[in-house]
Amino acid sequence: MIHSLFLINNSGDIFLEKHWKSVISRSVCDYFFEAQEKAGEPDNVPPVIRTPHHYLINIYREKIFFVSVIQTEVPPLFVIEFLHRVAEMFQDYFGECSEVTIKDNLVIVYELLEEMLDNGFPLATESNILKEMIKPPTILRSMVNTITGSSNLGATLPTGQLSTIPWRRADVKYTNNEAYFDVVEEIDAILDKSGTTVFAEIQGVIDACVKLSGMPDLTLSFMNPRLLDDVSFHPCVRFKRWESERVLSFIPPDGNFRLMSYHVNAQNLVAIPVYVKQNISFFESGSSGRLDITVGPKQTMGKTVECVLVTIHMPKVVLSANLTATQGTYTYDPVTKILVWDIGKLNQQKLPNLKGSLSLQSGAPKPEENPSLNIDLKIQQLAISGLKVNRLDMYVEKYKPFKGVKYVTKAGKFQVRT
Amino acid sequence: MSTTSAFNDEKGGSSSAGEPEYGHDPASGGIFSSDYKRHDDLKEMLDSNKDSLKLEAMKRIVAMIARGKNASDLFPAVVKNVACKNIEVKKLVYVYLVRYAEEQQDLALLSISTFQRGLKDPNQLIRASALRVLSSIRVTIIVPIMMLAIKEAASDMSPYVRKTAAHAIPKLYSLDPEQKDQLIEVIEKLLADKTTLVAGSVVMAFEEVCPERIDLIHKNYRKLCNLLIDVEEWGQVVIINMLTRYARTQFLNPNINESLLEEGGEKAFYGSDDEDDDDEEKKAEAAALAKRKPYVMDPDHRLLLRNTKPLLQSRNAAVVMAVAQLYFHLAPKAEVGVIAKALVRLMRSHSEVQYVVLQNVATMTIKRRGMFEPYLKSFYIRSTDPTQIKILKLEVLTNLANETNISTILREFQTYIKSMDKDFVAATIQAIGRCATNIGEVRDTCLNGLVQLLSNRDELVVAESVVVIKKLLQMQPEQHSDIIKHMAKLTDNIQVPMARASILWLIGEYCEHVPKIAPDVLRKMAKSFTNEEDIVKLQILNLAAKLYLTNSKQTKLLTQYVLNLAKYDQNYDIRDRARFIRQLIVPTDKSGALSKYAKKLFLALKPAPVLESPFKDRDHFQLGSLSHLLNAKAGGYQELPDWPESAPDPSVRNVEVPEWTKCTSRKERKEKKVEKPFYSDSEGESGPTESADSESDTGSGSESGSEESGSGSESEESEEESESEEEEEDEEDERTKKKKKIEKSKPKKPESAERSECFPFRSMISTIAPSSSVRMYELLHRITGEGLAVEYCFSRQPFSPDPHMVAVQIQFTNNTSSETKSLHIEDPKLQSGMRIKEFPEIAGESVNVVMGIDFCDSTQAANFQLCTHTRKFFVSIQPPVGELMVPAFLTENEFKKEQGQLMGMNEISEKLNLGEKCQSDHAIVERVTAKANLSRVPCGSEKENRFAGKTVSSGSLVLVTVARKEGGGAQLTVNCEKMVIGTMLVKDILQALTQ
Repeated sequence: MIHSLFLINNSGDIFLEKHWKSVISRSVCDYFFEAQEKAGEPDNVPPVIRTPHHYLINIYREKIFFVSVIQTEVPPLFVIEFLHRVAEMFQDYFGECSEVTIKDNLVIVYELLEEMLDNGFPLATESNILKEMIKPPTILRSMVNTITGSSNLGATLPTGQLSTIPWRRADVKYTNNEAYFDVVEEIDAILDKSGTTVFAEIQGVIDACVKLSGMPDLTLSFMNPRLLDDVSFHPCVRFKRWESERVLSFIPPDGNFRLMSYHVNAQNLVAIPVYVKQNISFFESGSSGRLDITVGPKQTMGKTVECVLVTIHMPKVVLSANLTATQGTYTYDPVTKILVWDIGKLNQQKLPNLKGSLSLQSGAPKPEENPSLNIDLKIQQLAISGLKVNRLDMYVEKYKPFKGVKYVTKAGKFQVRT
Repeated sequence: MSTTSAFNDEKGGSSSAGEPEYGHDPASGGIFSSDYKRHDDLKEMLDSNKDSLKLEAMKRIVAMIARGKNASDLFPAVVKNVACKNIEVKKLVYVYLVRYAEEQQDLALLSISTFQRGLKDPNQLIRASALRVLSSIRVTIIVPIMMLAIKEAASDMSPYVRKTAAHAIPKLYSLDPEQKDQLIEVIEKLLADKTTLVAGSVVMAFEEVCPERIDLIHKNYRKLCNLLIDVEEWGQVVIINMLTRYARTQFLNPNINESLLEEGGEKAFYGSDDEDDDDEEKKAEAAALAKRKPYVMDPDHRLLLRNTKPLLQSRNAAVVMAVAQLYFHLAPKAEVGVIAKALVRLMRSHSEVQYVVLQNVATMTIKRRGMFEPYLKSFYIRSTDPTQIKILKLEVLTNLANETNISTILREFQTYIKSMDKDFVAATIQAIGRCATNIGEVRDTCLNGLVQLLSNRDELVVAESVVVIKKLLQMQPEQHSDIIKHMAKLTDNIQVPMARASILWLIGEYCEHVPKIAPDVLRKMAKSFTNEEDIVKLQILNLAAKLYLTNSKQTKLLTQYVLNLAKYDQNYDIRDRARFIRQLIVPTDKSGALSKYAKKLFLALKPAPVLESPFKDRDHFQLGSLSHLLNAKAGGYQELPDWPESAPDPSVRNVEVPEWTKCTSRKERKEKKVEKPFYSDSEGESGPTESADSESDTGSGSESGSEESGSGSESEESEEESESEEEEEDEEDERTKKKKKIEKSKPKKPESAERSECFPFRSMISTIAPSSSVRMYELLHRITGEGLAVEYCFSRQPFSPDPHMVAVQIQFTNNTSSETKSLHIEDPKLQSGMRIKEFPEIAGESVNVVMGIDFCDSTQAANFQLCTHTRKFFVSIQPPVGELMVPAFLTENEFKKEQGQLMGMNEISEKLNLGEKCQSDHAIVERVTAKANLSRVPCGSEKENRFAGKTVSSGSLVLVTVARKEGGGAQLTVNCEKMVIGTMLVKDILQALTQ
């Protein structure tokens, strides 16, 4: 299926190649470079590129293009999903997935790729199994390695591959047994000029960090599971239990993982935590414009809105901005034409305001459209949908674990049209 | 050798800057010496005795390979270490070997013996890794060795080794396609494997080696369906795609009657998880209308749909897409809707995933628009989306547009037109054009909107609008001479050639509607002719010709002038056109017969262009495939076959069952427990984990359940028989008629009966019944039923067509050799208020159906006649009180609150002594839930167990509390508004707990 993989950085260097079948010359990437040039923005590179003898399926992540070479029919999503899995694995191993870390750990990366695919078909993609075979680098281990000259390859055999629960390695031991769950919700919304909601929905995930000894069997139940409209699970979750009882019953993987992601019923009106009053106008004469933005809290359930950030992609003709912010700081990058206003915490009493003038390129016609505002925000200790974890029970193992749940609400793709 | 390596070094040189391992950059000169030097010290290290040095050397070599540099001249030095004791070194040597063996075939052979030894190792993991490396070495000479190794590994004890064998099959096949026949034998063997570990890999091998041998799947079809949920994600994708193709060859089109239904495309897509009966009923009606054979879905077809559905909840986008395409290609129309939600969910994922999903959604929306209509807003475009995503979303929105939502969509489009992304604006204008052609009601609105855009400052917008308006006007030109006039004025300003050409064409085509303006436009154009682009010049000639034909008085001279200009143009197309037109329209003595028809030629009525989606008809490619995405056949693509006219023999999928499956289902389960992996569909089987899991129904529950059912059905059997004997007398007349037939059919063929019973039955238990303690009741004994045995159970599934009904799952088994046709229900005799939702007519050997009965919260029996095409049987279903309720999900506080409101008369309390076997929490929960369809309510106190449910018809709450006391005593409390139910429930639970 997947023939070869090339990792390419933004400046067009191929810094890693791996072939699972016979070798394909890296000149095949020229077709990719051609497409990249045509697309301009990295976002616009078509994920599937057709060349005379191959198909290139690529993803763009962390400023790296993962370009895979395919020769025969294969579901494109299969490859795309796998490539993302690879990127996530790098992140899991090295803390971040970047050109530098990959180059620093070239041998481990190569070994990982070797184990993840066999003849182009995925073999082991569970981080728990891979970590058994190939130990992730730590500072201590890399020091020991330089002294003793050993590598990160585990000397043990990957017994995990034989298990019926491939996501969990055997014989896990911790002195502190803990299980933490983060309920993270994101509001996706489009608001129109007058502030009415064009479209809004809540997407949530439950990320878990489980460090428990042995083979615990966990059951997580919600106070209000009916809120959840559409869910997808980590393979460890027993789907039948969810269907019949609306509880999550699972044997967790060891370490960090995403337990589930969900979508909250769209019929429930989504609470929009902030409102934005904006007035951006460009004048026909004098090549200038005016900007006036006020952000205020709306439905916040009594919590403070933090980390508020307003991002505006200005039209090309805007040369500079001369503004004053009553709270926070603003920056305008004249090259990318992006105005960022970092507000921080929202204050109920004194609403933050950004006001001032924009200067335009002289002689150019005034922009047709007003730029839309992208809002970022964060509310701690609140799941905006009202979802609440009821309890976590552990079976099989005898010890008492530490348990914790954290709620956070963030803005997802939150856009205000002007 | 050294030249090739130098070449490769140079190629990789760009990325080697700043690497620590090497003293100097090989590309910077002295290639040969540095090459020599570097490899020399590596060789030295590899030859040393110290493992640490070897390891260091191997790490550097692997890093070179990863960078794409040539390290092939180290081959002899590396291969020597293949038998190294150190596992770390060994692994890296394997990596090297697999990469370079193809180039150094002779030397590679040196390593083979090591792997052959590895294949015999007692450790399964070593056997597997030896096979993996051996099969990855692409050297033709070792094909026979590989073949042997694969064959041996295919019958290995360890499933992991067998999985590796499956992986090795495509490798060998690509090395030597001549081995196909032998490999197919191995595939056939591995397909029969019962472990989930192997299933995905072997189907992958099947797809690469012999996708045309669909006959190999028959025997394994049901197994694959049942294992599917436990297979790893990547295997799931491959299996689902393969089964889609399989189903297309083996089953009938479930939408075969679709075209006969008048309702057609606008049928509502109700209920995502409806059972098929409702749908089938409709189908059946339609078929009856059309006097065609009613469509009955093959139970195997249903099995596939049912077992893939939970995978829509997978975290893996590829799996979700695979299930979605399966439903799109195979499911009855009314059921396809379930996939929409999952696909919309994927839109939140990475932009590459979005891109692929949107392509597929675009194709789906053309065929099944209704499915995505509720999710219209999820396709709204954000200014931050990449352009390619925007354009795809636009495509979907356009496909979704209909009379009801068009105003919303147009409003949305209006915001898009103001976008800064001009490609996207152009696409939006096209989209508006398409909405206008598809939906007549808004044509004028769209046209007006587009005309307004003509005064837009951005020229591209204007140009695109002109092109689209031209297409729209062609549909009804008479009414729009104003717009044509308006556009004529634009020729002064607008510069985009395509737009100018479009305007000129419009004026020429409809010059009779604008008789005064047209000549003037021509005059202006003649003036600027020399400066125009080629396409504009051609249209000027066109305009001149048309005007000359209609209004030669005013335009004769102008036309001559233009033709003369064109005569000396640089472009030969234009010169040719000018010559041609002149000959055609200007009458000379030489001009032939054609000039008479000039007017007809130029001003013929032209058909309006059809604005179509580029995604139309793309669904002849299997959705989700690469070929679909590219809209062209990719190498190795397997065509999705058309549905067969008549179904091939379904019995090919029957499997000869070994002796043990014929006994009770309990044993069956036990067997399964041993070999079945973890999260298979019925929870009762999932082994050790459940034992601590007090809430769920465990294996022991299922055992006791089936034990009960065994004894229960015996006693009922005798009752039933005596009852039906009476009935038989009533119907004696009818019987005598059929007697001969019956006698013929009496000698049963036990074999076929057993067989037919075996498979669907098991699949039903494991997939439909959520709890393992489902008890089967007998409705019709096979002797009374003359070979037709009917059993029923309360499946405890919600009956989706009517929530107030209790779902009764009925299983028919035909024990005779003759066919039983048109099973249906007649003449229900019910207590007042009771209702029955019948199942549609069915036929077949062994079938399951679900019917709904509204018992009005009473345990009165529902009596009705069960009819076959030959006979009628009086039967009755009497529900145990515990089945008249559905679980209700309450919190502890809610429970207490509700209990507080159901005091006094509504509370029934009873003291009891717990039976020996139900002292524990766990046993209590199990017994109570087995008796009544209740769900457990969380409870703070350890001594108490609480359960809650609602009656099915009236929805009144039923609350049960069991409080344990010292010394085996307990207090049972039932709170229920319906006192009769409460009393009966107390009796039942009491009995269950004291035994």
